Amino acid sequence: MASQEILREEPSRGSFINDPRIRSLFFQTLVVILLFSSIWWIVHNVIENLQRLHIASGFGFLRSRAGFDISDTPIAYTSDSTYFRALVVGLLNTIIVAVAGIVLATIVGFTIGIGRLSQNWLIRKICTVYVEIFRNIPPLLVIFFWYSGVLAVLPPPRESIHLPFGSFLNQRGFYFPRAVWGDGSWLIGVALLLAIAMALFVAHKARQRQKATGQQFPVFWTSVALIIGLPALAFLLSGMPLTFDFPKQSTFNLTGGFWVKPEFLSLLLALSFYTAAFIAEIVRAGIRGVSKGQSEAAAALGLRSGPILRLVVIPQAMRIVIPPLTSQYLNLTKNSSLAIAIGYPDLTATAGTVLNQTGQAVEGVFIMMIAYLVLSLVTSFVMNIVNARMALVER
Amino acid sequence: MKHIAIGILGAAALGFMASAASAGTLDTVKQKGFIQCGVSTGLAGFSAPDDKGEWKGIDADFCRAVAAAVFGDGTKVKFTPLSAKERFTALQSGEIDILSRNTTWTSNRDSALGLDFVGITYYDGQGFMINAKKLPGVNSALQLSGAAVCVQSGTTTELNLADYFKKNKMEYNPVVFEKLEEVNAAYDAGRCDAYTTDQSGLYGIRLTLSSPADHVVLPEIISKEPLGPAVRQGDDQWAHIARWTYFALLNAEEAGITQANVDEMKTSTDPNIQRILGTEPDGKYGADLGLSNDWVVNIIKAVGNYGEMFERNVGSGSPLKIARGINALWTKGGLQYGPPIR
Repeated sequence: MASQEILREEPSRGSFINDPRIRSLFFQTLVVILLFSSIWWIVHNVIENLQRLHIASGFGFLRSRAGFDISDTPIAYTSDSTYFRALVVGLLNTIIVAVAGIVLATIVGFTIGIGRLSQNWLIRKICTVYVEIFRNIPPLLVIFFWYSGVLAVLPPPRESIHLPFGSFLNQRGFYFPRAVWGDGSWLIGVALLLAIAMALFVAHKARQRQKATGQQFPVFWTSVALIIGLPALAFLLSGMPLTFDFPKQSTFNLTGGFWVKPEFLSLLLALSFYTAAFIAEIVRAGIRGVSKGQSEAAAALGLRSGPILRLVVIPQAMRIVIPPLTSQYLNLTKNSSLAIAIGYPDLTATAGTVLNQTGQAVEGVFIMMIAYLVLSLVTSFVMNIVNARMALVER
Repeated sequence: MKHIAIGILGAAALGFMASAASAGTLDTVKQKGFIQCGVSTGLAGFSAPDDKGEWKGIDADFCRAVAAAVFGDGTKVKFTPLSAKERFTALQSGEIDILSRNTTWTSNRDSALGLDFVGITYYDGQGFMINAKKLPGVNSALQLSGAAVCVQSGTTTELNLADYFKKNKMEYNPVVFEKLEEVNAAYDAGRCDAYTTDQSGLYGIRLTLSSPADHVVLPEIISKEPLGPAVRQGDDQWAHIARWTYFALLNAEEAGITQANVDEMKTSTDPNIQRILGTEPDGKYGADLGLSNDWVVNIIKAVGNYGEMFERNVGSGSPLKIARGINALWTKGGLQYGPPIR
């Protein structure tokens, strides 16, 4: 605003060609026109060339029968479903592996990152070695390492490794009993929700009391007791309506129970262990970025080392950590497209199959790009909200 | 990742390609001096590089035959290995001039994908292979309910598999990879119980496994897989050259013209042989196609006739030892039938 006022006070420069406002307006308009006309030219050319080459175009194919099967289907899907549904299945698989990967990578990354700052020499060195190894290997190799190096050398289905609680491990994946909830199990769910609500209430009350009187209340242990105790009580009251579906040996493989396939497992492990190395460095940088005076001042106030970390250092470190952390989450989501190398049916793999079965490459690639763009924008959006809540509130 | 790259490149190529009618493929090919031929990433008997890096197989030889017809020299071919997913985009976008990559001829590919199939160089059908040592007692595909089946993505095989198990009310667990080598490795490592692809492919793949003798191909054939080369739709001249190269290979076998005797045959007085070899006075069958009149002589000198090509690559002269079966000439009870050159 200020510059505009100054400009207005200046005497006329003689010619409007020299007027910076008109100039900037002119060049901005020119850029916009050029941009849109080149987009129009490309779109027009694509359509014309597709017609000239006798290639079908348009998105009508999404409603046709897909005809192929997918190994991991989070929603009901058969070969009779549409191409659209196949793409949705692919997208859901991408989301599942990305969300699970983000959670695992965050846990491992924070642990390793804090470990690198440990007083213990051995822990510190182990964490350093971990970071240096995983950070410097391409993610595709890490995926192959898990898939071909670890999971493929497990014994065949007939010689499965027996694990505790009726679980099995073989080269076809990891099998564990699936909980089958009987009648009256809704009571347990209700009890769990109730317990969470009560724990939140207790925490709220305890905070108020501490503010008013300075007295503390063991919120953590009360919450644990509530969240475990209430559902357990409901479980007993409703007559223990829980049975397990155990995996059993059949002709080719184990059937029944819950089955995690090696493709998913290796992709998840590879993505999270790879990204965790970066997250560890971000966390270390964040903690290092909090000036030493902060923890010294907290110690001078009489806080013990646990609360210092929890109440003083971490909240300040998070402000440094979250923006680069967001980038890592986006990277992990996009790296999940490497799933194609080991046959996990993520969006890239499924859309690739659809693309090939229909031959509509332009539409297929377009759908993939839009889907990844939306996924990334949603992740950024959520992380921006978190960041805004963590940001320094200046008083 | 590569298929995405090709997809994007293909899309970009479609975007930037000049919209004016481009020159015919024959002219373009003559100008650059070689034919760009799309082949598989390595399927024994059809298109696979040997230990010297030279492409061998029926599909590779077919491209050499076309090169011989166009240039009189079968070596003027460059090969582009393509995965099942990449192949059509590569042809559509003009990256390759001919797709000779064990590709099944279907109505959809012929009409909606901008392809033009020129013939059926190999009549095939889809089958299953299992490890008989690990699965004793399984001797029919109908016993495969509950099995994990390895399959390459983006193929008709993938669709036939779904149909077959659905029709027979059986369950299965698809294990799908994009690249042939990945499917082979997963099957060899025991990730799946069965491997499905075209039967000829199964015999070829069996040779590359760690212990080929343990694996058996089950008797069922669950589909028709007419494999043949394809060119871009809308260039009739180029399609004619590819199609008549295939027919010339068949006609040569039928007339008894081989790589060894082709020069003697040029002096033959049999009018049919004269027409095929372009020695007929005033005959201009080659010129009509836009080629030289001795185009068939060049083809036969480069790769031999269809029968020789078959025996050398997949038949008795190869480790695959596949019998001619329905790929024999029509005169010997097979389906291979070449319309006359006249």
